[in-house]
Formats: sequence, structure tokens, C-alpha cells
Amino acid sequence: MQTRIYETDVLIVGGGTAGTMAAIKAKQENPGLHVLVLDKADIRRSGAIAMGMDGLNNAVIPGKATPEEYTLEITEANDGIIDQRAVYRQAVECYDIVRELDSWGVDFEKDEKGDYRVYRVHRKGRYVLPMPKASDLKLILAKKVKQMKAQAINRVMATRLLTRGNQAIGALGLDVITGDFVIVKAKAVVLTAGAAGRMGLTDSGYLYSTYENPANSGDGFAMAYHAGAELTGIECYQINPTMKDYNGPACAYVAGPFGAYTANYRGERVTGCDYWSGELIMTMWKLANQGQWPLFLKMTHLDEASIAKIESILHSNERPSRDCFHQGRGKNYRNDMVELHFSEVGLCSGHSAAGVLVNHEAETSMAGLYAAGDMACVPHQYLLGALTFGKIAGVNAARFAASQPGYEPDPAQIEAERERMFRPLQNPDGVPHHQVEYKIRRIVTQYLMPPKTMTKLEIGLERILHFRRVDLNLLGARDPHELGRALEVHSIVDCAEMMARASMFRKESRWGFYHYFLDYPERDDKNWLKRVVVRKGKNGKMEVYTKEVPPYILFPHLESESVGGGELLS
Amino acid sequence: MSFSAHVSPRLITQRVEASVIIDRDKCIGCGICVQVCPMGILALDHEGKAYMKYDECWYCTPCQTDCPVDAVRVHLPYLIR
Repeated sequence: MQTRIYETDVLIVGGGTAGTMAAIKAKQENPGLHVLVLDKADIRRSGAIAMGMDGLNNAVIPGKATPEEYTLEITEANDGIIDQRAVYRQAVECYDIVRELDSWGVDFEKDEKGDYRVYRVHRKGRYVLPMPKASDLKLILAKKVKQMKAQAINRVMATRLLTRGNQAIGALGLDVITGDFVIVKAKAVVLTAGAAGRMGLTDSGYLYSTYENPANSGDGFAMAYHAGAELTGIECYQINPTMKDYNGPACAYVAGPFGAYTANYRGERVTGCDYWSGELIMTMWKLANQGQWPLFLKMTHLDEASIAKIESILHSNERPSRDCFHQGRGKNYRNDMVELHFSEVGLCSGHSAAGVLVNHEAETSMAGLYAAGDMACVPHQYLLGALTFGKIAGVNAARFAASQPGYEPDPAQIEAERERMFRPLQNPDGVPHHQVEYKIRRIVTQYLMPPKTMTKLEIGLERILHFRRVDLNLLGARDPHELGRALEVHSIVDCAEMMARASMFRKESRWGFYHYFLDYPERDDKNWLKRVVVRKGKNGKMEVYTKEVPPYILFPHLESESVGGGELLS
Repeated sequence: MSFSAHVSPRLITQRVEASVIIDRDKCIGCGICVQVCPMGILALDHEGKAYMKYDECWYCTPCQTDCPVDAVRVHLPYLIR
């Protein structure tokens, strides 16, 4: 085990969709800069979507939808707590990203005239653009990173940012193959390390059958927190409707446009709109508690051509093994409805809102630190948001880096992290990481899950703090791989504490089931149409406070039946 | 695992079914599957053949798709099936 030192202009932490796009765009912006991507896996198959994606869920295609319409729709979907300038910018700039991906060889569904074909899954607008053969999306992005001469170092897991006051100047990490300690000095840093997907226990009982790729363990949330950056929307959890046990999406977005819908056991439609939101999960949770459970995705009424098309998309993209899952249980979309369940709880702005606080320039509260993708709070941004804000973060990081002299890191920060990082390796007979992980995820599931109560949250927080003092010190690791997994457990604990404190702080209910708080069961716009912000204070303790929502640039129409948002003008 | 004269081992090993199975006759030891696995759970053994080393599979299938000689089969972990 050695210490390796790198110097770069722009450091990108995480080479998933947002990170690879950030690298490509940073080089395009300023080809003279050195751009370095660290990934704890391999950028060809890392991030949220190892095997590509079957579609873009929020493509604002001129002539089919408008940025204004999309921004208002997401304002309502996120119950008004939103930076409209950021969402609007994504909506305006995403079309260029779609066309660029198209020119790089990503396959999109088009009509006879060659125009992009979009479908409606959201409440109002049509934004779902299928990518029927995009299982190689990550390979295409990784190739582009190489063409642009950005450097990628695989199997290095960043664990802490290097800081100089309120500025990011690099990162520290672990090579999970060799066990090398890695020091990177950088003039600007882009955090694109993904969701916190291993927070709750899964319904199958298998620790890694999470909705999110389990490599997304909240390391970016933890790194931003320990550096002193602001995070927000943490109490707005991610809980998705998924296939029971398999825990992948049931894919109403793919099957819905063909006529599939969410049904009860009698095959009757039960949800008006299958767009994923806290409202949809609340509807499902209520049905479950009325004994009207389980729900199903119903495709049995569709014709053979439609079912064959759905299968060809679902069985080659995103989660190709779903085919084996159905076969193994003797199920077929022609005869059987697909049983649904709730995913485990997590943090992910891609579908929900939790993340590092960023503005429309992907700037965080720290100088030289940018964030994008599932770990940056641009609500409901999905894959196309990761690509669009990855671009914005890459361009802005390149511009910032060009203005910086470069700073030497503080040796005390380096040594403190070296000591923390290698501690589990000095304890090879310590408790294995999967046992320790199971216990913290059990605490999250049993005490932090909605419906939230102050009593449950208080016990949960007490258990988390005890876990931090006791259990984390019991962790053992026998090799660099296990050490990486052990350090991921540290990230999970940081995220769990943020979830407990942010949830206790917001004394109202909001976002449907995601923050359903029985002590305060009503939404309270008068006092809580605000962001709850979490940050590591100067004394090392977690601070929680509110910030005003940035001024709206568009105002929702007053509608009596709107899902929030309508009240915002009063 | 370390042994002491005074106490029995502090760690025990339990058997777990492997979900990723490699055809060792086909495997050429190129290491692509090891490289692309997002969870880093595959490794090459002492004969240079791939095998599943850690029980942390997301059954996402790049190892199977990217193998140049079709030697890798991803099965669902037992609890998922």
C-alpha cells in the first residue's frame, strides 16, 4: 500500500452519467486544462445505470412541450420547494443534450418524419422519450471521455474533500484494489457521486437488491457534509413503487404509453397518474393499510405486438435480469400482472429532492465546489437532469479552475483521513461490514420511515448516535475491497443522521408520503414553504436551519385541484 | 483469521450460494468482467480464471454482456428468485 499524489485542474468525483458529461464538457470548455475523473467502479459501467436506460423521463422537446410548462409541473410535483431557475435551465438546455447524444449514437424513438416521439406520464405534459436500445449509453459516454483526453482513474473511491476555509481544493481516496491512499490536489471539484441508495432494508432481504445501484451509497452526501457544504431536501426521501422482491421499477413509464396501468387484484385501475411522487406513494400506502394490497402493473389486456415491444425494451435495458426474475417464477406479462411493492427508503434528487444545495449554475455553498446528478438538489431531474447539470457543472468548474493558483492541502486533514480510512483494516477480526450495515439500515427502516413521529425519530437519532460511537469502531476489514464497503457504512450513518435531524426539524407534512409526519399531519405553507438546510457546523456538530426558496420566475396557475402550488400566490 | 491460544476464532465462515457463475473452460482470463462490475465483486483466481469473490451482486449483468467469450452467467441471488 502506497500513497499516490495527483494534481489536476478539474477533479470529478464519480464517473456516472453526470460525471462523465462534466468531464467531457470541462474539456470542451477549456482543452488546455487537465481533467481527472475518479470512480470507485469503472466509468464504462458505473453510476446509476450500468446497463443504460430505456428512456428519458423529462425531455422538453420544442413543439411537444415548453420549459415553462415543465417548470410549473415540477414546482407542483415538489410541493413548491424548488429553485425554479435551476429547473427551468434544465428544461431549456436539455434539448441540445438530446441532440448531442443522438449525434454520438444514442438511439431515440422517432416518428416517420424523424421527430422525437414523446409520451405522457407526468400529470400534464409529454416528456417521456424512449431510448429502446440505449443499453450502451455508459459505454458511449466513457468513450467520449477518452476522446476528449480527460483522465479516468477507476477503482478509486473518494472519501473526503480537501478544503481551504470555504473552498474545495481536492479530495482524498482509497484504491479499493491495491489499498493505496490517494491524494488529489485540484483547482475545482465536481461532486457527482450519486444517490444514497443503501439506507433502508430491502423487501427481499438481500442487502444489495436495492432500487439504486448499491455502489451509490451516499458517499457524495457525506463528503459534501464533512467539507461544510449545505445540503437540503434531506427529509424529502425517495421511496419508489417497484416490483416486489426484484426491486427494479415496474416500468409504468415504459408500459404506460402502451396502455398498461396500476391495478388492484381485480385488475381495476387504482391510480389516475403513475408519475412517481410522494402523492403516488401516499395513495399506495393508504391502499395497503386498507387491506387493498398488493397492487399490480397490469399488461394482460394488451395485444401481443405491444407486449412483445415492451419485453424487447425492458429485457435489454436498465435491468436486463428482470427477464430471469419473471421466468424463474413462471410469470408472463400476457397472463400475469406484476406484483408491486415499495422500494426501500433512500436519498436521491433524481426522483425526489434530497441533495447538496446547488443553484442554476450547479454551484454549491462552497467556492470551487460544484455538484450534479442524483446527489444535487434539482428535484425530479432524472437521467436527463444529470446530463444537463453535469454539463453545467463541468463548464463552470473549468472556468473557475482557470482563475485559480492551486493550493497546497493541509497536512492535518490528510493525516486525519488516513487514520480514519485504515482503521477497519487494523481490525481484521472486527465485525464484517455486511453485519454492521444491516444494523444501521434496520434502524433507518424501523425509526426513520414514514409515517414519521417525533418519538420514533428521537429514538432513531439516539440509536444512530450510539451506532456512530460504538458500532463504527467495531467494523473490521481484511482487504481493500472490504475496507471500501466498511467506509460506505460510514456514509450511510452520516446520511441517516441527516435524515433524522432534517425530518424532526420540518414541523409539518409535505411531499405526500415522503415527509408524512403524524405529529404535524397538515401541510403548512405559512411557516414551512422553505428549505430545510443541513450543514456541519464549526464545532463539528450537525446544524439544521431554514432558507427561503429562491424567488419564483414563473407562477403556478390557481387551480382548486392542483397538487400544491396553487396556494403559493396567496 | 487470527487464532489465539486462549479463545476460539472471533469470525466464522458461512456458505453462500454464488449468483455469478463462470464457465472456466471458456474463460480466457481477460479480466473484463472483473473490471466492469460496479460492485467489484469478481476476481481472477490463482489460475487466472474469473470467479465471484464477494456476495454483493446487483444482478445488473455488465459482466455477462461484456464478456468476449460468453463465459459469464448472472443468476439472481437466491433471496430474489
